[in-house]
Amino acid sequence: MNFEFSEEQQLLREQARGFLTEHCPTSVVRAVLDSDDDWDASLWKKVAEMGWTATVIPEAYGGLGLSYYELAILAEEMGRSAAPLPFSSSIYLASEAICYFGNERQKSEWLPKLASGECVATVAMAERPGRLVLDQLETRRTDSGITGHKVPVADASVADVAVVLTRSDQGLEACLVPLNQTGVSIAPVLTLDASRGHSAVTFDGASGQPLGDAPLDPADWERVIDGAAVLFAWEQLGVAESALIQARDYALQRFAFGRAIGSYQAIKHKLANAYVKNTLARSNAYYGVWALAEGSDELPLAAATARVAAIQASTYAAEENIQTHGGMGFTWEFDCQFYYRRAKLLSLAIGSEAVWQDRLVSALTEQTVAA
Amino acid sequence: MDFNDTSEEAGFREEAAAWLAENAPSDEAFRALSPLEQAKQWQKCKYDAGWACIGWAPEFGGRGASPIEEVIWRQEESRYDLPASFFLIGQGMIGPTLMAWASDEDKARYLPPLASGEEVWCQLFSEPAGGSDLAALRTRAERDGEDWVINGQKIWTSGAHYSDYGVIVVRTDPTVAKHKGLSYFYVDMKAPGVEIKPIKQLTGDSDFNEVYFTDVRVSDSQRLGEVGQGWQVSLTTLMNERAAIGSSFGQMDVSLALSVAQELEIDGHPALEDAAVRTKIANWYVQESGLKYTGYRSLTALSRGDLPGPENSIGKLVGAPKMQAMASYLMDLLGASGAIADEALATKAGIIQRAYMGAPGLRIAGGTDEIMANIIAERVLGLPQEPRLDKGIPFNEVPTG
Repeated sequence: MNFEFSEEQQLLREQARGFLTEHCPTSVVRAVLDSDDDWDASLWKKVAEMGWTATVIPEAYGGLGLSYYELAILAEEMGRSAAPLPFSSSIYLASEAICYFGNERQKSEWLPKLASGECVATVAMAERPGRLVLDQLETRRTDSGITGHKVPVADASVADVAVVLTRSDQGLEACLVPLNQTGVSIAPVLTLDASRGHSAVTFDGASGQPLGDAPLDPADWERVIDGAAVLFAWEQLGVAESALIQARDYALQRFAFGRAIGSYQAIKHKLANAYVKNTLARSNAYYGVWALAEGSDELPLAAATARVAAIQASTYAAEENIQTHGGMGFTWEFDCQFYYRRAKLLSLAIGSEAVWQDRLVSALTEQTVAA
Repeated sequence: MDFNDTSEEAGFREEAAAWLAENAPSDEAFRALSPLEQAKQWQKCKYDAGWACIGWAPEFGGRGASPIEEVIWRQEESRYDLPASFFLIGQGMIGPTLMAWASDEDKARYLPPLASGEEVWCQLFSEPAGGSDLAALRTRAERDGEDWVINGQKIWTSGAHYSDYGVIVVRTDPTVAKHKGLSYFYVDMKAPGVEIKPIKQLTGDSDFNEVYFTDVRVSDSQRLGEVGQGWQVSLTTLMNERAAIGSSFGQMDVSLALSVAQELEIDGHPALEDAAVRTKIANWYVQESGLKYTGYRSLTALSRGDLPGPENSIGKLVGAPKMQAMASYLMDLLGASGAIADEALATKAGIIQRAYMGAPGLRIAGGTDEIMANIIAERVLGLPQEPRLDKGIPFNEVPTG
């Protein structure tokens, strides 16, 4: 049984945590939230210099060719620090989609620039309220270009290129669309978490090529989303851990009725519940990254399990962290809001809890039949 | 990451599996024995071949196996339908206590027959007035020459009626603070003055007993630890409790829920297609899978020769309420017929109903949900204990209800 990260990977975790503690304290998140900025560009540059953006991109395309274990560790630390960076959009989603579906020319053109962090990419999926239904997308690609409206698109304002889900006469496509062109207009959209910029993106005859020059099998797209779900789960776990630690620390120092509020069972049991949820989420995230890194057939089940557990752990910890802080937790001045915002934001991207519960049961049924 | 054994582990597993394949009894004569007789016969068979209590030192009947080897052995043995629960408390909790606190002479006398199953032990801790607050126990032991005389009542004692010996924690000084006036002994369960009465549970079964002590004499040589040190000795026993209380929640798992939801219909469609049903099943699977892989993380620590982290403390707190919630919901899906417990008529042969009736016991035994949450909050998260009104007060001056 070897169900643990290697010593080198643990070392990477320590380095990443140390780096982000130094370069991304909550004051950095607050600065982005308080300003009109959509990210911290200088932090992105530092993160890219550390090679984090290159982690799983193959060496042939300027990446480090490391495994998803390393990327999962970085994802957790990104969540722990609530970093105001487009890491999930550019790395877990767009780079992965380009790697998975792109032809040689597309990969050679974009992956080295994404690996170096010189460029940022995102994905544009959602069009309207409700679940994403791939065969009902209204964004179209015809001979005269791409036309449609995507909202919200995370990190579009800071991205150079987007992978845009569209339909053509051939079916579902993931189009690579450079964002700095006349056929694309990007308008800011205020979301729950303004420490990550979001936009409404309108395509009006925009030029863009389908990844791999061909329509997608929707099942293959779901495979990429499964992979992203594992990495999102690790990032959410980081958020959950930070929220629990913040609540615990406050419960130790805040006194009411002559004693630390952490000595009251009402608080203890709340935080013990958070610990339980975080532990379940962590163990399921291990399962998820194992399935992703080893290319297991169990990925659909493992990813959905990791994702549901992480959504539940991160939102609970973030909500109860504010509750533990009482009125001060509700102020702009306190840091509780960062985890509350980020936990929910990450839980809504790439399909929310009910979507993944549904996927989990489908995968479970299929796996049971196969076994 | 992988789920494979190291080469040493694989070798050990092969050896264990081969011995089990050769020796695990399945003949009719064996099946005709009572469960206790089966357990004793199988335990002796293992003992004679060096496969009993394998983590114990050879002089006590074991083979000095590593913790990961103990796990591998349990995994292999559990492939066979063999009774084991009779010895869990004695071998899992009391054996380690004797090793830590008993005289060399007593270790040599008592540990081998405990390992071989020839002598069965029980644990006499809880009392009517001391459950979660164990140290509030009132059973007295008074010094009389070289002996102590025990009077009082214990409760929830598993297996008292078939045990040869028991370990007991008693109050030897009521004039000092609660935890300081306790002492720890072992007692002969057949001694005069020991009376055992089974407790009928709400399930109708009787797994536990009340044990009454009336002027029971024990020698001072049966004391473990110093007079007044009973609480520390008790902690040795309790620290080993997790190993002894089963972490298994029977057949009440997600695969059973899936099967029920596939067979039942809601408005002409399989219940499994219903969004509310899917949500429930997904949430239970998250818990089940989370516990499974938490276990794998602990095994990895053992395999590397490290101590597992605190993450395993969540097992009972997650598993027992989940079992109750699953059973309750599956009965809801069955509608009025969900109430049928008759094995011949009930869906899934009454597993669901038995789980529902048994779950309240699991949420209480070995630390209630609330106590488990306190333990996590205090020992893992480092939150302070609640102020205690009985702290530092002589036990005989503590208010009682």
